[in-house]
Amino acid sequence: MKDRGIRVIKEKCVGCGLCMKVCPFSAIVLENNLAVIDLSKCTLCGACKEACKFDAIEIFKPQVVDTTSIGEHKGVWVFVEEEDGKIAGVSFELLGKAKELAKDLDSEVVAVYLGYNLKEKYSQLFRKGADKVIFVDKPQLKVFISENYANIISSLIQKYKPEIFLAGATTKGRSLVSRIAVKIRTGLTADCTGLEIDKEKRLLIQTRPAFGGNIMAQIITPNHRPQMATVRHKVMKELEGTFSSVGEVIEENLDGEFIDRRVKFIDFIKEEGYKVNLADADVIVSGGRGLGAPDNFKLIRELAEVLGAAVGASRAAVDSGWIPYSHQVGQTGRTVSPKIYIACGISGQIQHLVGMQSSKIIVAINKDPEAPIFKVANYGIVGDLFKVVPLLTQRFKEIIKR
Amino acid sequence: MKIIVCIKQVPETTEVKINPETNTLIREGVASIINPFDMYAIEEAVRLKERYSAHTFVITMGPPQAEDALREALSIGIDEAIHISDKAFAGSDTWVTSLVLAKAIERVGDYDLIICGKQASDGDTAQVGPGIATHLNLPQATYVRKISSIDEKNKIMRVERLLEDGYEILELFLPALITVVKEINEPRLPSLRGKLRAKKQSIPIWMHTDLGLREEEVGLSGSPTQVVRIFTPPSRPKGEIFEGDPEECVNSLVEKLRIHIL
Repeated sequence: MKDRGIRVIKEKCVGCGLCMKVCPFSAIVLENNLAVIDLSKCTLCGACKEACKFDAIEIFKPQVVDTTSIGEHKGVWVFVEEEDGKIAGVSFELLGKAKELAKDLDSEVVAVYLGYNLKEKYSQLFRKGADKVIFVDKPQLKVFISENYANIISSLIQKYKPEIFLAGATTKGRSLVSRIAVKIRTGLTADCTGLEIDKEKRLLIQTRPAFGGNIMAQIITPNHRPQMATVRHKVMKELEGTFSSVGEVIEENLDGEFIDRRVKFIDFIKEEGYKVNLADADVIVSGGRGLGAPDNFKLIRELAEVLGAAVGASRAAVDSGWIPYSHQVGQTGRTVSPKIYIACGISGQIQHLVGMQSSKIIVAINKDPEAPIFKVANYGIVGDLFKVVPLLTQRFKEIIKR
Repeated sequence: MKIIVCIKQVPETTEVKINPETNTLIREGVASIINPFDMYAIEEAVRLKERYSAHTFVITMGPPQAEDALREALSIGIDEAIHISDKAFAGSDTWVTSLVLAKAIERVGDYDLIICGKQASDGDTAQVGPGIATHLNLPQATYVRKISSIDEKNKIMRVERLLEDGYEILELFLPALITVVKEINEPRLPSLRGKLRAKKQSIPIWMHTDLGLREEEVGLSGSPTQVVRIFTPPSRPKGEIFEGDPEECVNSLVEKLRIHIL
């Protein structure tokens, strides 16, 4: 095969080299003033095509597979996740987004809820945007096991044929939907920050960051249904409770075996000492190497306490043993996107930035005015954190009390 | 016991920068590394090998230069490496990638445990590990921070999984797949002897035909998802930086933040 997926149109290429610069995989070189693509490195991501000012790069879309059954798929489904026995915030946010998508598709929002003793809880789902609730209520589903949940939801999807399926990009959500997507053979896009409908084609346009947020990609699932996506907590907005608290309810009593006996839940141990976890926090206060010693994390905890914030940390602080790994923000830790991220004594190496740069407002406190954290900060204070942080705690205490 | 580790070669993101003038990714001279989370997967396999005299494999799917990643894994102590490399795989999404890796694992055969990193630092999806498990119909534990015990006789493994607000203890019947987080161990550096051994070792290259896959099943044409557009996000507006008297700085900052906090 001569042309595999991508080619440079020689007549149009002027050898400007822009495609070479944008290629995330260093797959393009210039030879005799023409762009040449190394197909062994190219992943057909399309960055070069997007960057080319002369339309000189062509990507061949694959043959359309049999799509005759796509039209049978209707409805926007949301996986309802529980946290501490309550419906997780991310599920309400997704219902809000689903309502918007369903409106564009002239379709309905369906909440899919698995667990035990759900009957008192599901009316909330209608208030937050669901038109219909499909639930499976069984004692074996009290504890979330991804295998069991994936077995059941896959069979529900095959029965009802939804067009779109959304879930939270949580530890549960990600482990679950990756299994479902493979089982039912459909596309899945992780960590979407934007979801919208191309009304003409009835396609879900999924926007997500890649390379630690340095580039954004728009992804579609053209030929398979449902179109599946995960979204992080706090990215979408919950609807204000303006909807009726009743709607259609379907209880599914599944026949057959959905429990995977190869996995057994033994116990859950909650982390003590921190009231807010990183994933759920509107505000995160993080400490880094600048704290100098483990005891100084109390400055961070005090400010966090006043703000109702979660406590984060840089890799340097975690590797020094000052705070457990579960608090690490960054490339080898967690990715967070709170409304406000306050970095104290964190220089802002790229490994840290990729884990927090999608936060709405970034505040940096550092004594070094050249620290890279100031480059991404909306607000910053150049100064001694041992003076600044306690003052900040005190000022916020005064304001919040009032 | 047979353990298979799946790894990915990724660009060393420390050097990924945006050119502020053209707003494009600067990737000249960027080195490739083993995905950081995969280093913990490799280390864990080597530790299990030392504890249970397991036989260990490392597999990667990637372009010819991904061989470097395999040799690095061998130098750390993995016994055998397999390189899945074929132009037909270009454009594979997570669905196809997990299928291809699953087929390769099946070809190795007779495995007890598959270990992957929690996610890759370039794509950040965390989908390939569970995807492989599903293709192979295996139980899984994601975000594992500790392997507490392996009962080789009864083929039962106990692990701790890191969740948002604590951790969970699970028991899995082997064969199973786990994905690991940084907390699980501290990777060692390769020894000189390991490096020499890794250099000499031959690494088979498997193509789609070796895995019994048709060309249209893999790569862009086999992938349910498609990237339609790629762009750089709008850069953050230049921040307001306060300097000088700490008290004044704090007052100015609090004024800016109060509407967002109250």
